[in-house]
Amino acid sequence: MVSLILATAARVVQPLLLVFSIFLLIRGHNAPGGGFAGGLVAAIAFILLAVANDPETARRSLRVNPRHVLAVGLLIAAASGLVGLAAGRAFLTGIFFDLPALAGGRLELSTVFFFDVGVYLTVVGVTLTIVLTLVEATEDERDEAARAAAQEEASERSHSWS
Amino acid sequence: MSLMATILAALAAGAVAPLLVGRAPRAAGWLLAVVPALIAAWLAAQVPRIVDGGPIRETVAWIPALGIEASFRLDGLALLFALLISGIGALVVVYAGGYLAGDRRLGRFSLILFAFMASMLGVVLADNLLLLYAAWALTGITSYLLIGFDSHSPTARRAALQALITTFAGELALLAGIVMLGQAGGSYELSVLVERGDRIAADPLFGPMTVLLVAGALTKSAQFPFHYWLPNAMEAPTPVSAYLHSATMVKAGVYLLARISPIFAGTDLWLWLVGGAGAITMVLAAFLAIHQTDLKRLLAYSTVSALGIMTFLLGIGSEHAVNAAMTFLLGHALYKGTLFLVAGILDHETGMRDASRLSGLRTAMPITMVAAALAAFSMAALPPFFGFIGKELVYEAAVHAEPLPPALLTALVLAPSVVFVVVAAVAGIRPFAGPRVDLPKAPHDPGPAMLVGPVLLGALGVIGGLVPAAFATGLVSPAAASITGTPSDVELALWHGLTPMLLLSGLTLLLGIAAFWSLAPIAALARRADVGGRIGPERGYEGAMDGIRAAADALARYVQNGLLRRYLLMILVAGTALVGFAFVGRGPLPSLRLPLDVQAHELAVVGIVIIAALTAITTRSRLSAIAALGIVGYGVALIYLLFGAPDLAMTQILIETLTVILFVLVLYHLPRFAILSSRAARVRDAVIAGTAGVLMGGLTLAAFSVQNDVPLSEFFGATSYPDAHGRNIVNVILVDFRAMDTLGEITVLALAALGIYALLRLRPRRT
Repeated sequence: MVSLILATAARVVQPLLLVFSIFLLIRGHNAPGGGFAGGLVAAIAFILLAVANDPETARRSLRVNPRHVLAVGLLIAAASGLVGLAAGRAFLTGIFFDLPALAGGRLELSTVFFFDVGVYLTVVGVTLTIVLTLVEATEDERDEAARAAAQEEASERSHSWS
Repeated sequence: MSLMATILAALAAGAVAPLLVGRAPRAAGWLLAVVPALIAAWLAAQVPRIVDGGPIRETVAWIPALGIEASFRLDGLALLFALLISGIGALVVVYAGGYLAGDRRLGRFSLILFAFMASMLGVVLADNLLLLYAAWALTGITSYLLIGFDSHSPTARRAALQALITTFAGELALLAGIVMLGQAGGSYELSVLVERGDRIAADPLFGPMTVLLVAGALTKSAQFPFHYWLPNAMEAPTPVSAYLHSATMVKAGVYLLARISPIFAGTDLWLWLVGGAGAITMVLAAFLAIHQTDLKRLLAYSTVSALGIMTFLLGIGSEHAVNAAMTFLLGHALYKGTLFLVAGILDHETGMRDASRLSGLRTAMPITMVAAALAAFSMAALPPFFGFIGKELVYEAAVHAEPLPPALLTALVLAPSVVFVVVAAVAGIRPFAGPRVDLPKAPHDPGPAMLVGPVLLGALGVIGGLVPAAFATGLVSPAAASITGTPSDVELALWHGLTPMLLLSGLTLLLGIAAFWSLAPIAALARRADVGGRIGPERGYEGAMDGIRAAADALARYVQNGLLRRYLLMILVAGTALVGFAFVGRGPLPSLRLPLDVQAHELAVVGIVIIAALTAITTRSRLSAIAALGIVGYGVALIYLLFGAPDLAMTQILIETLTVILFVLVLYHLPRFAILSSRAARVRDAVIAGTAGVLMGGLTLAAFSVQNDVPLSEFFGATSYPDAHGRNIVNVILVDFRAMDTLGEITVLALAALGIYALLRLRPRRT
């Protein structure tokens, strides 16, 4: 049973939540937020779609398999640590770059940020893998039960004919 | 860098092996063999330098933080072994290309074989004992993969596991021994330790150290009482049996004994331990060999016996004995490698390896016959083969082993020597003599890939016998010299004059031929007397395995009975008990300074949380329980917020939200709500939960009252922005100061997600 109001609201709220999650991720270094919280918000944005419509809608909206998101996240986090190693420091040492940016501003980038991006993607991947798998397993079971019931009914009917 | 380069080259060859086999399956064996052949050639080129100059040593920083260096050293002993490993390795790689031709697993096989070769080179080239141990362990693991290569066969898997567990038990002993040795000698470098023999001998742990190190060597070289794993390891493809289980890996134990004998040899403990194990093994394995009909098992038992002779000689430890051990080792590697390769050819081309039935193959497989005969004559110690020289030296060592009784030792050596004549005749001569028999396949000589190895190794056995001086000065003398520490001048010759040794050789041959002609009754007798299946050490191994399995089974049935309630109970009980023990055992509790300036709204939040928790455990509706739990969570989040931890609060709220969603999803799977547990069980659960809660509360209060000199928060507050360019301390800790922990945590999360996916989605569908 899909609630029309919830489904419509989810469609509007989901992009907002995603933007908010990225906002959380970026500001995390200086104010409450970060990859973990941001990742959870992003995951919830997709779960909202899954609950309001069906898991297939959430998957279509994500476009890629959540398990791949998870893997890419872990890879980014681990790879960000290698930069420190390549610079002759210990694994995962933060390396900072100060880049000139638009309009005379400066953009401070660091491997730490990429690590946080890795955490963000891993959390999104983990949460969606768990939740979508559970939702789909539940629905499959429901379908199977319904099919079994229908089959029983059909066989009973055929018996009554013979 | 050149010594380490040999190891890296073998690893690199292994890495490209699967690709090469995929592209050019027919030529892959020949192309891959170039690498070990080049290693062997390079090593051979070092011979003059080692003979004249002395060892080559090189070091590479390995774990600089702990001051551990990867040091490699090439002396006479290492050179002999490394040449066998790379030289026979090259031939075996070519052979395997023919043996597994058309098998799509050849790539994987070559990969593991090269990994083994690299590990084995590591064992013999390492100067650092810890490096040696690491390489030693890797030979065990690669051997496991190779024995169990036919992974669909239960017997192969069982044999692989048996070899792994037996040698691994020895490995643990070896590691303990290495640590003791390193502590006693103040270094882990073998070249340093052999100089400090007196200091090590004065160590109070000298005895246990000896026993542990020797135990590691004995398991690896399949010495009594650990001999059972080697014949079972014949489940491996034949190239593996020839390479690992006769020519190289099983000699690693002998290598280690030779390596440490400058430190340990000469004590009574060493003599009885090493010499005793070797003596028992050489006689026992010879007895067990005599009634085997499977070609490979026959050769395996004779290998165990030969390893026993080498161990026995190193146990005696005299200069004669060491010279004999090295000469015999070289001869054995040549002829036994050949015989295994021939056994593989027979199996491959006739489809059978029952030694009692194979016969009359001389016209069908003439080249194979020549190789087999060369090896068999060397094994039977006929002049002018290299095996003859080795056997003469063994007898000489036994005769001159004062103060031990020479007559007894000579008799002990005579027994396996006679059996070797019989085994040589059964495995190398009889399959080709006699009348033709019906075979599963029409036999003919195999292609050149499978012939080059046995022919070359067999021929080396004759060349070594005819020009023994080349082997003596180049290989055997330097090897013996590195063991005894004194310049050794082994003179190998076929003719020593009319000595007792020559008489003994003649006697051995006569007894061996006589035993071969009356083999049937002797074998029947031996089979009847073989009670090892009932009371041998292998029964002990099986008993121990069964016991471990039964104990693990019982424990798992109790602790992990499939009910989540039980798991939770176990975690809580164990956690509470351990933490409580540490908490209370630390002495008097610190005085608790309760912060009494509690605000009214804080009390209200706490009250709500408590009421919600009580509701959650008393309600009879699942949905209300979930909602109540949600209130508990949000209440806690509110407390975080009130005490100035917005990050924690935010994460808590998000997690709470997700938890409720997950609960709702799981709700569907649950049966109708009912109270299933008894009243007593619920009281027990309440007591445990209450204890755990009180303990956690106490811990929190105690932690609050412990004052560090400088609170951690101050450190992070002070360094967070200057060092890590971030103002949010919590996040800076997560992603920078403690990034390694976070990486670990997200890895665990990822594994949990994949686990749930696998459990729900990858299980076999019910039909």
